[in-house]
Amino acid sequence: MSHLLNPHQWVATHADYLYAYAITRVNDEEQAKDLVQETFLAALQKTAGFEGRSTERTWLTAILKNKIVDVYRKKSSGLRHAEVKEAEHEQDAFFDDESGHWLKANAPVAIGIEDKDPLVSKEFEQVLKSCLQKLPALWNAVFTMKLIDEELTDTICSELKVSPSNFWVIIHRAKLNLRACLQKNWI
Amino acid sequence: MSYLKKIVHNCKKATFLIDKKEVTGISLREHIELRIHLIGCSFCRLYGRQSQAISKMVRELFRSAMQPGVKLDETFKKELQEKIEDELKKN
Repeated sequence: MSHLLNPHQWVATHADYLYAYAITRVNDEEQAKDLVQETFLAALQKTAGFEGRSTERTWLTAILKNKIVDVYRKKSSGLRHAEVKEAEHEQDAFFDDESGHWLKANAPVAIGIEDKDPLVSKEFEQVLKSCLQKLPALWNAVFTMKLIDEELTDTICSELKVSPSNFWVIIHRAKLNLRACLQKNWI
Repeated sequence: MSYLKKIVHNCKKATFLIDKKEVTGISLREHIELRIHLIGCSFCRLYGRQSQAISKMVRELFRSAMQPGVKLDETFKKELQEKIEDELKKN
C-alpha cells in the first residue's frame, strides 16, 4: 500500500511524537520546539519527493533526524577541542600510564547494575541523565547515534566528521566516563 | 615487559576491546588477548558487565522518554498548524 500525506493533520498526528524524539536528543525544550516547526516547514517543501513507500511519520522523522545531526555538528564544532581535551584529561586518572592497569582510586566497584536485568529506579535514571549530559557534545552525539538510532558507523563518521578509528575511541571513552560518573555519583 | 605480561596488565586496552566487541566485534587475535586478560582481571570482568548494563539502561532511558506523556502545549500546536495552513495556501 502506498502512503499519503495529509499536512492538515500533521500537528495533531505527529507533533507530540516528533517533540519527544527531539527533546531526548537535544535536551532543550525551546530548541526541540524549533526543530519540530522546522521539520514541518521543510517537509512542506519536499512533499513532491514523497513516494509513499514509508509512512508519513517515518518520513517526517527522517527529516527531523537530519536537523538533529545539524545541531550535533554545530554544537560540537566550536568547543570541540577544549571540551574533549577536558573529558580526556579525566581519564588520565583511570589507568596507570606505563602498564595500563586500573588505578586504585578509579577501578570499577560493583554499583548494583551488574545483574542481568537490573531494576532501575527513577533516582538512578536522573543520575544517568546528568552523567550523559556531562559528556562532550561530540561524544554524546556519536554515542546516541550508534546506540539509540543504530546508525551505520560510516554514516556517523561522515556526518560528524570523525575518522573510523577515532569513532571507536570516542565510543569507548564515552563509556569510560559514563561509568566513572555513575560510580562516583550513585554510591 | 614480555608480550604476555603486557596483555595481563593492560586494562586500558582490555576495556577498549570490551567496548569494541559489544558494538561490532573484534579480531580473533584480539579475542584471545581479551580472554587471557579477563581470566586474571576481576576489575575488567566487572567493567564488561557494567558496560553492557549501561548500554541497556541508556536505550531504556530513550525508550521511556518516547512514551506518550511528553507533550507540546496546545497554543504552540495551534499556531504551528496555522503556519502550515498558511504555507499550503501559498503554494
